[in-house]
Amino acid sequence: MAKTVVLQRKPLSLSERTYLPQIVTGLKTTFSNMFKEKVTLQYPEEKPIIPKNYRGVPTLVKDPNGREKCVSCQLCEFVCPPKAIRITPGSVPEGEEDREHVEKAPQEFEINMLRCIYCGYCQEVCPEEAIYLQDEYSSSGYTREEMINNKEKLYELGGTLPDSHYKWDQKKTAEEQGNDH
Amino acid sequence: MNAVDILFYFFATLSVGGGLLMIMSRHPVPAALFMIISLVSVAALFVLLEAFFLAILQVLVYAGAVMVLFLFIIMLLDVGPDGGKVSRIKVISGLAGCLSFGILVVLLLQFSGIGSAESGSWQEIQTTEQVNGDSLLFSTSLKNFGYGLFTKYMLPIQVAGFLLLAAMVGVIVLSKKSLTSGGTE
Amino acid sequence: MFDFDMLLMVGLKFLFALLMIGAVMTMAGYSVLAERKVSAWMQGRVGPNRTVLPFIVHIPFVGKFLKGLGMFQPLADGLKFLFKEEMIPGHVNKLYYNLAPIVALVPALTTMTVLPFGEFFAEDGRTIPLMLANLEVGILFVLAVSSLGVYGIVLAGWSSNSKYPFLGGIRSSAQMISYELAMGLSLLPIFLWVSEPGTGAMGLSLVDIVNSQNDRAWLLLVQPLSALIFLIALFAETNRLPFDMPESETDLVGGFHTEYGGFKFGIFFVAEYAHIVVGSAIFTVIFLGGWHFLPWIADPWPATWVGTLLGIGWFLAKTIFLIFFFIWVRWTIPRFRYDQVMNLGWTKLLPLALLNLIFYVLLVTWLDQPTA
Repeated sequence: MAKTVVLQRKPLSLSERTYLPQIVTGLKTTFSNMFKEKVTLQYPEEKPIIPKNYRGVPTLVKDPNGREKCVSCQLCEFVCPPKAIRITPGSVPEGEEDREHVEKAPQEFEINMLRCIYCGYCQEVCPEEAIYLQDEYSSSGYTREEMINNKEKLYELGGTLPDSHYKWDQKKTAEEQGNDH
Repeated sequence: MNAVDILFYFFATLSVGGGLLMIMSRHPVPAALFMIISLVSVAALFVLLEAFFLAILQVLVYAGAVMVLFLFIIMLLDVGPDGGKVSRIKVISGLAGCLSFGILVVLLLQFSGIGSAESGSWQEIQTTEQVNGDSLLFSTSLKNFGYGLFTKYMLPIQVAGFLLLAAMVGVIVLSKKSLTSGGTE
Repeated sequence: MFDFDMLLMVGLKFLFALLMIGAVMTMAGYSVLAERKVSAWMQGRVGPNRTVLPFIVHIPFVGKFLKGLGMFQPLADGLKFLFKEEMIPGHVNKLYYNLAPIVALVPALTTMTVLPFGEFFAEDGRTIPLMLANLEVGILFVLAVSSLGVYGIVLAGWSSNSKYPFLGGIRSSAQMISYELAMGLSLLPIFLWVSEPGTGAMGLSLVDIVNSQNDRAWLLLVQPLSALIFLIALFAETNRLPFDMPESETDLVGGFHTEYGGFKFGIFFVAEYAHIVVGSAIFTVIFLGGWHFLPWIADPWPATWVGTLLGIGWFLAKTIFLIFFFIWVRWTIPRFRYDQVMNLGWTKLLPLALLNLIFYVLLVTWLDQPTA
């Protein structure tokens, strides 16, 4: 059992009771701080280093072949707590050989950045790994309409991410070899 | 009428007007502010008489310290336009006002030369060279002020000091008493 | 009615007054910048470094340096205050609400009339102190007028008709009364010391105070305790941290100027810093030898206009150091609690100032004994 020790405090000496030596010490500290290196980041010119797994603006990504990954399943729209995502489903446009094994593709995909709370549920729920919260953190606009990211903008922000699955290729080979699902 | 006269009339009007507004305003805070205006204009009148020391003391003691205390108390107690008991005091203060006004009129009549033409009356001083002479240095030069205060007027100073001490002791006794009675309740 | 000489004299005084106001206001504006810069440096930041006039920035090196120092920030701040909407809350007492900033600013600027800041060497060998009015009771004038500055705060607090400004006003008046006594008492030994027989100085003139410190010890070294008490009281009278009771942001929102905005708030702000500038100058005059060089060393500059300019420069340097000291202390010490402020003022500083006075009265009497 720990023993409680009551420390006897020494009564303050006269110089301590005036607090002046302590104030002088404080002044010395603040004065020496004046010549230390500044920690300020000159923001628009210098950008902070964004750590991995940073949850920035949600974006749509394409696979390394430049194909749209989103299949318009609307899970993200469903899970989004502030209902910031709005998807208009559509079919894969005719003639896109690469993607013909995917039933659907978003006709329009809107994320309202005035509603988005950067929770990352959409990224978590996406079965196709098509939506990612990336390192973009500064979004601004003059009107409310500007703050709604449409599909084009989302792909522009998202770019291409490496993909380990190549799902459509797998599906295509599977179909060609005759064991379709 | 030269510039000094104009200034005199300006500040005289300001001091009298400030005094009038002080007793006529309903709320104590504006009343205190008008009193400050009145006091400062009286100080300005002292400046016109080249009694700088008196003027500065007027501002320092009355406008700077006493009135701050007044305002502090008024604001601390948060006295409104109809704060305090007025009915009985009104009569007494009216009587006191009439009395002091009467004394003032009598004194003015006495000293303005209408009542008598003795030497030492108001008009006499203006005509003598004393205005610019050394005898009035008493009121302007700081050193002479101190000298007079601690030689010729030693007794009044001591009496005034004693009076203030008595007042202070009285205040302490009163406030202590209320403190202890409040503590026992 | 007016002869030419009279007109010239009045005109020159007017001009000098304008110059003084300009100088003090500029210094007040740049004190704000200094406050921001020094606080930033002490906290590892860089402070304002963006504002710049469009044509200055193109000057190589200098333009960039001035921009980095934020030299144009006061200009931008002033313009911002000017162009902001002047809004008056509905619940205030309009007349007094509008009057309060003026009442706050006027005493702050009036104190500098008796402030000597240098001396002019006339051709016939006389030295004329540079000041607007050489008053025999200069220091009393400063104390008297600066004590009027509190009315601006009290008035603002009362007329705002809202509880935080009201508390700020009450605190301010109480603090002013408490520390004025200690301040006056701390100055008395100084004047006793300076006006001792044989020194030639008499009365309460600020010029005599400065000249008594020429190639002799500064009064800071002669009477350190008086200087300390005066400095602490000065901090309290200028409402600087650790004594910024009237506007302590953490417990009173903004204190007396909570309900103010725009240019009226700007006036309060400038008045506060003008108080600091004038207070620093007064401390320089009384305790740091004014425009004279270091203690025990005669002025190294010649008795010509060069000497005048160097003297003024030296005076300004000391004043600016003191302003820096004010800022330095602000960003070092936390704020006192209100009761601690009162306690310090009444039970510590006042008795200390009284003891100090009695000690120096005895000392001066003893020192004068052999000469008598």
